[in-house]
Amino acid sequence: MINWHTCFFLLFATITCAFAVAVVVSANVVRMAVCLIASLAAVSGLYFLAAADFVAAMQLMIYVGGTLVLLVFGVMLTARGPFVSMKITPANWLMAGLAGGALLILLLCAATSVDAWKTAAVAASAPAAEGGHTVAPIGMALLGIRVDALEQANPALRGGIAGYLLPFEIVSVHLLVVLVGAAHLARARRRRRPAEAVPDASRSA
Amino acid sequence: MIAEYLTTRFGLPEWLACGGVALVQCLILLGIMMFAAALFTWMERKVAGRIQDRLGPTRVGGRFGWLQSVADGVKLLAKEDLIPGEADGLLFRLAPYVSFCAAFCVYLALPFSNGWVAQHLNVGVFFIVAIAGLEVFGVILGGYSSASKWSLYGAMREAAQVVSYEVPLGLCVVIPVMVAGTLDLVAIGNMQRGWGVNWLVFHNPFLFITFFIYALCTLASTNRAPFDLAEAESELVAGFLTEYSGFRWSVFFMAEYGSMYAMSGLGAILFLGGWHGPIPLAEMLGLSYANHAVLGWLGDLLGAGNFLCKAFLGVAAMMWLRWTLPRLRIDQVMTTCLKYCVPLAAAMFVGTMLWTYALPGGLLPRSTPLGAVAEAPPWTAPRAARGERP
Repeated sequence: MINWHTCFFLLFATITCAFAVAVVVSANVVRMAVCLIASLAAVSGLYFLAAADFVAAMQLMIYVGGTLVLLVFGVMLTARGPFVSMKITPANWLMAGLAGGALLILLLCAATSVDAWKTAAVAASAPAAEGGHTVAPIGMALLGIRVDALEQANPALRGGIAGYLLPFEIVSVHLLVVLVGAAHLARARRRRRPAEAVPDASRSA
Repeated sequence: MIAEYLTTRFGLPEWLACGGVALVQCLILLGIMMFAAALFTWMERKVAGRIQDRLGPTRVGGRFGWLQSVADGVKLLAKEDLIPGEADGLLFRLAPYVSFCAAFCVYLALPFSNGWVAQHLNVGVFFIVAIAGLEVFGVILGGYSSASKWSLYGAMREAAQVVSYEVPLGLCVVIPVMVAGTLDLVAIGNMQRGWGVNWLVFHNPFLFITFFIYALCTLASTNRAPFDLAEAESELVAGFLTEYSGFRWSVFFMAEYGSMYAMSGLGAILFLGGWHGPIPLAEMLGLSYANHAVLGWLGDLLGAGNFLCKAFLGVAAMMWLRWTLPRLRIDQVMTTCLKYCVPLAAAMFVGTMLWTYALPGGLLPRSTPLGAVAEAPPWTAPRAARGERP
């Protein structure tokens, strides 16, 4: 019997890693963005495989959709002519390799250090029991009812498990402040012009 | 479900049964999309002709020129396939398929009737909105890789337009979701069963206005006139399509017609009762799973017909608008979005919220209470409820 879950996991994981490498290797901004989108979309496939539908749709919406905007700005800001290639010096490679390698080692250490993830029970429960019905628990958790923590026997611990409403509100207000600040910085500055220049401009327009 | 049946009944190996079922589903969806694209190409010509006081196609295939799409298809396949020498060949070839894939993936989560959906996703609405927004990516890639300034202008306009219109579109989609209390498209459709007054568009006056904002935003997000600035032929030659010809050009158009139909279908489910007609014919005739499995299936078939008709009428309205209204300027497009659609949609959101708080049942009398669990065919139940391992 073939384990389909493993097959698809390997497929999506390979796509993710291969396109991630391609992002680093290619020199054209737009090709990089295309590879990045393929990589991020494959990550979304991994989330679907893990029965985390909501996170997967979020991944498509935010990361894959956000790369689109990144691509547009990348083209507008960097391209002086068509198809500009970036020059990468060996020093850049060294710096990027050091930073990326350190992060990779850290992540690998963290992933292999949790003993609870190595037991057979985790492997058996890999496809989530709810079959992807994660939206309602997430919504309840946002309102303050942690469905996953209802069975917590210890009353002291149970009191400490709050919903996610307050962090969510803090983050959203923070983002709102950032947006208002960005709009303030980007607004058209009114310049003092000679009074007679204004009717001229409107007439010619 | 069918895969299990094939395995147990005919002794097919599991991989063959699963793969075969998946392939058949994909082919059915692809067939629906292709057929819709061919039909709409013909219809577009007819509608355009009639609105401009012409006849449209009349000769190919007898009376109404109904084989015109086939003739077009053959012509496009036979056309010379050009790639500009300056172009980025890889991206140029890739771009139409990116658009097409995004338009096709929408159909994976779009239910055609009660439980008739390729992937019953718990986050169906959200998935469709996310995927539909990716279609513009193919347009931007095509525009950029053509190495032509007209193409690049078109692509950049499209990017600005789609990114802006995603905001009011998202808000409009959230409002019926808020009333329904679920992101599951099958559940939203089943909530609106009964007479036409149960449709969410008649739930309250705010949702009624929201429906029209949604229609406007779908026009903009599918790049249809009066918002077709990306291919404004009077200013940009043909916008992002300038350098495309033959088969690749037609793939872009299949994506456009496919996504038009999908967005109309999403609107039909969110606002217009989905697969429930204005008169509950299926319930009157006793076509339900409570009576017999075959009768229930016939009821679902009727529902699918309802849904296809509603989505078709939505596309017809899009064509009517396209050939009636002149193209907007880019600043007018942005003004419409940011100064009118977004504030209006936000106001409708607050209004619906207050309305559902004050009058949870809605104003019009409903034949079934909102949120009543509709009967569903047994295979649409969540897998955990059926006691199966997914």
